[in-house]
Amino acid sequence: MSLLEVKDLKKHFPIKSGVLRRTTGHVYAVDGVSFAIEEGETLGLVGESGCGKSTTGRVILRLLPATGGAVTFDGQDVMSASHAEMQRLRRDMQIIFQDPYSSLNPRMKVNNIVGESLRIHRIGTDKERRARVAELLETVGLTVEQGERYPHEFSGGQRQRIGVARALALNPRLIVADEPVSALDVSIQAQMINLLEDLQSRLKLTYLVIAHDLSVVKHISDRVVVMYLGKVVEIADSSLLYERPQHPYTEALLSAVPIPDPRTERARRRIILEGDVPSPANPPKGCVFHPRCARMQPDPCTVAMPKLESTVGQDAGVDHKVACYFPTRYAADGTATANAPV
Amino acid sequence: MGERLLEVTDLSTHFFTHAGVVKAVNGVSFSLDRNETLGIVGESGSGKTVAALSLLRLVPDPPGKIVEGSIVLKGRDLLTLSEDEMREVRGNDIAMIFQDPMTSLNPVFKVGWQIAEAIMLHQGKGQGEANTMAAELLTRVGISDAARRANEYPFEFSGGMRQRAMIAMAISCNPEILIADEPTTALDVTIQAQIMDVIREMQGVYDSGVIMITHDLGVVAQMADRVMVMYGGRTVEYGPVDEVYYNAHQPYTWGLLGSLPRLDEVEKQRLTPIKGQPPNLLLLPPGCPFCGRCPYERPGCREAFPELEIVGPGHGVHCWIPLDERVAIREKLPHFMASVA
Amino acid sequence: MTDTTSATSFDAPQPDSLLSPTAASGVPTTPPLGLWADTWRRLRRNKLALVGLGIITVFMVIGMSQIIAHLLNIQLTPYDPNGVDYALSPKGLGAPPSAAHPFGTDYLGRDILSRTIVASRVAMLVGVIAVAIALVIGLSLGPVSGYYGGVTDAVIMRAADVFFAFPFILFVLLIMTVLGPGFVNVFIAIGLLSWAGYARLNRGSVLSVRTMEFIEAARAQGASDLRIIFRHVLPNTMAPVYVAIAMGIGGAIATEAALSFLGIGIMPPDASWGSMIANYLTYVPAGSWWMEFFPSTALVLTVFGFIAFGNGLRDATDPKLKE
Repeated sequence: MSLLEVKDLKKHFPIKSGVLRRTTGHVYAVDGVSFAIEEGETLGLVGESGCGKSTTGRVILRLLPATGGAVTFDGQDVMSASHAEMQRLRRDMQIIFQDPYSSLNPRMKVNNIVGESLRIHRIGTDKERRARVAELLETVGLTVEQGERYPHEFSGGQRQRIGVARALALNPRLIVADEPVSALDVSIQAQMINLLEDLQSRLKLTYLVIAHDLSVVKHISDRVVVMYLGKVVEIADSSLLYERPQHPYTEALLSAVPIPDPRTERARRRIILEGDVPSPANPPKGCVFHPRCARMQPDPCTVAMPKLESTVGQDAGVDHKVACYFPTRYAADGTATANAPV
Repeated sequence: MGERLLEVTDLSTHFFTHAGVVKAVNGVSFSLDRNETLGIVGESGSGKTVAALSLLRLVPDPPGKIVEGSIVLKGRDLLTLSEDEMREVRGNDIAMIFQDPMTSLNPVFKVGWQIAEAIMLHQGKGQGEANTMAAELLTRVGISDAARRANEYPFEFSGGMRQRAMIAMAISCNPEILIADEPTTALDVTIQAQIMDVIREMQGVYDSGVIMITHDLGVVAQMADRVMVMYGGRTVEYGPVDEVYYNAHQPYTWGLLGSLPRLDEVEKQRLTPIKGQPPNLLLLPPGCPFCGRCPYERPGCREAFPELEIVGPGHGVHCWIPLDERVAIREKLPHFMASVA
Repeated sequence: MTDTTSATSFDAPQPDSLLSPTAASGVPTTPPLGLWADTWRRLRRNKLALVGLGIITVFMVIGMSQIIAHLLNIQLTPYDPNGVDYALSPKGLGAPPSAAHPFGTDYLGRDILSRTIVASRVAMLVGVIAVAIALVIGLSLGPVSGYYGGVTDAVIMRAADVFFAFPFILFVLLIMTVLGPGFVNVFIAIGLLSWAGYARLNRGSVLSVRTMEFIEAARAQGASDLRIIFRHVLPNTMAPVYVAIAMGIGGAIATEAALSFLGIGIMPPDASWGSMIANYLTYVPAGSWWMEFFPSTALVLTVFGFIAFGNGLRDATDPKLKE
C-alpha cells in the first residue's frame, strides 16, 4: 500500500462577483488529479503557474478543503478525518514553505517557532522539549545559541532551514515541500537540496516536492508528476521523463528549461509554445492543452480530456503514464518513432 | 563583434547608510559591442543590478552615489552629462527592461499610451503617429491583435504579455543598448523561452547590444556571447561564454557551476554547493569578497583584491591562487570533469 | 557517490545579509536594527514627537504619583488642594500668581497649582482605563472579525459602523445621562464607545497578516484558531494599534474634560481639569485669568503631547516613509 494516495482530487474555487456576491463561475485549480507516493520515495510535482500544484499540496494536508476526490494516508482517509484523527495525521504529514520571509512569525524566537508543535500536541516536558529543539536546530546546521534569536536576524537560506527544523519536530513520515528552494540564491539552493537529501536518508522521510524548476525537480525526485491547468498530463521516473517524454507539454517544458552548458544549448532544438496559459477559470474544452498543441486534431482532442494511462507496449514494466491521444512513441534505442514534435 | 558601443571603467557605486558604507559596485569594468550579448551573472549582493542602474544613472541618491569611474557610450562619458542630457540618453540610446512586469508598467495608463509617450518624448512625433508606431511595436514583439491590445490597461495583460509590452517600450526608440535586468525571473519557463526569443529577435532587427543581468547560468549559456561573473560588488571572472563555462578559473565560478542541478545529467551527481551565506556588504574585507566561503583561501586573500590576470583569449580572472595550482584543483572537481567530457 | 559532509558541517552563520526581502531590485536598503531600535532611531529625529514624549513622561510621573498619593491618603502637592483660605482670595476673586503660589489661588483661596496637579490623577485614570476597556473589546472583536471573515466579519463590522455613525460626544452624553455621573461610569462610557476604532484598525492589519505563510504553518502543525489568532496574528498587527493607543489616551482625556465641563463627568470632591475650567470661567471677565489659564494649559499640553507623540510614532513605524 502506498504511503499517500490521491484519487481524482478536485478543488474548485468559486468566483463571486456583483453586488450580491453570487457565484458566477469557478476556478478549476485542481480538476481530477491522481497519483501515489511510496514510502521513502521523492515524488516531484511540477508545472507552471496556474497548474494547481501548490493547491494540490495544500489540499492533501487539508489546509484547504477539497471539492471532490479522496486522499488516503497510510490507509486513513484524510478528507473525512475527525478533529482528533486529523491532529494525529498532522504529526505524520508536515510542510515546508516557499517564502523564507513570510513563513516564520517575525515576533517569535526561533526556539519557539521550532518547538511550537510540541507544545500544541503536548509532547514531553519543558526540559524534553528544549532538548528536542536543540537537537532539531543542530540537525539542520544551526546552533543552539541561534535559537534565542528572531527570524529577521537570519539570511534566507538559514530561515529556510528553520522551516525545515519546524517541520521535523513531530517526526513526520511525509513532508510536502512547496517550492523549497525557489526563493534562494543558487549557491544556497544547492545547500538546501543536499540537506533535504541527507535528512531523507537519515530520517527515512518521504517527500512530495512541488516546484516549477524542472532541473531541481528532476535532480531531487525519483518520479515526477507533470501538471497543466489542474490536470495531470504525465507521470514517469525522472530520468525516463527527460529521455522519453511522451506528452507534448512535457516536451515543450523540457526544451524551455535552459541548461548551463553553452555547447548543449547551441545544439538544442527548441519547442516554443504559442500563446499564454489559459486561465484556470476558463479551461479549454476537451484536452486542456489542445489550444497550444502542435499535434492537435479536432477529434478527439476538443471533445474530451484524455485519460491518464500507461501507453500500451511502451516502457513495459515501467510505470509511465500519460494523458494524451497522440503521445510520442519511442523505439527501444530511444529514438522517437511516432508523434514526435515537429 | 561590431563597433564598441559601451566602455565602463572602474565603476564604483557606494551607498552611504546610517549603518556604514555599502560598496555595492567596487571597481567594475566591462565593455559591450554592437550585436553582442553580455551576461552579467551574480547572486544577492553581487552588485549586478546596481551596476545596471548606474549605467542609466538611476541609482537613488541619497543614499547611493557613483563615486568613481567612467561610462563611455560612443565617445561620451555619461557621468559628465547633465540631468537633461542624461534624460535624452535614457530610452533613446540605452533602454532598460526591468524584472517585475507586474509593477514596471503604470497601471492607470493604457499600454499603448505608455509606449507612445516614450516615442513622443524622444522622437518628437505627434500623438497619432506615435500611437500607430506603438501598435506596430506590439505586433513586432508578438502580441496579436495589437491595435485592440494597445487600448487596454496593464491588468488586462498576462505576465508574458506585459514583459513583451515592456520590451516594445524599450525598443521603441531604437536604442543601441538594451539592458535586461532579470527579465524572466518572474515568468514561467515556457514564457521565458518566448521572451528570450523576442529579445534575441529584436537585437537582430535593431543591431543593438544587449546586457543580460541574471542569476540563471542556464539563461546565460543560452543567450550570452560573453559573461561577467560578479560577487560582493567586484568582478571575479569574465570572458567569452565557452571560456568561462569550460575553462573557469575562479573558485566562485566553480562553486556556482557545481551548485546547479542539470536537466541532462545522466547519472545523479551530488551537488557541490558553496558553503556559507551570501556576503554582508557592510562587512566586506578589503581583499577578495569571496573570503570566508572560498575553500582555497590563503593568507593575503583578505587583505588585497587580486589583480586582473588574463588566462585565455578575452578571458580574465581575479584570484590569488597561482595558475597551475588552479588548474590542478580544477581537474579534481567532479562536476567540472562531467561538463568538459 | 557518497559524500561524507554531513548537514552539520555548515559555516557559522554571518549577520543578516544587507538585502532585505523588499529590495527585490537588488538595491541595498538599510538593514533593520531590530523591531524597536529602528523605530526609536527614527523617532529621535522628530523633534515634535520628542517634545510630546517629554510631556507624556512628565504627565505620567505626576499622574502616577497622585494616584499613589490618593490611595495612601497622603498629600503630594505643595498645598492642600481643597484647603480653603479666604485670606488668599481678596474680594473673592483669588490672588494672581506669586512666588508663594506660582499658579495663583482661586476664589476660595485654594492653590491652583496643587489643584491642577491633583486633577492629573483623574485624567490619567480615565485616559488609561477607558482606552484599556476599548482595547479589550476592540482587540477581541477585531482579530476575530478579520480572521474569520464572512458573516462574522460582516456582523462585527456593521456593529462597529453603528458606533462610528453616532456623534461621539452625543453618544457619551446619552450614556452618562442614563448611568449618571461618576468615576466608573466615565470609564465605561468612553471605553465602550471607542472600541470600534481599534477593532477596525486592527482588522485591517489582520486581513493582510492572515494570508501570510506562517499562519498556514501554524495550521499545518495543528494549532487551534484561538491560538493562531492570539499568538500569531495579534502580535503582528500591533504596530498601528500602539499609535492609536497614544492618540486614544489623548482623546480620552479630552473627552473626560468635556464631560466634566458639562457637569456630567467627574464630580467633586474629585478635581478634574474639565470641571475646573467650567467653574473658573465666570471669573475671567472679572480679571482673574489665572484660574482658567493654568488648568486649560495643562489639559491642552497633555492632550497635545499624546497626539504629537502618536503622530511621531506613526511616522516612525511607517516602513515606506523615506528617511
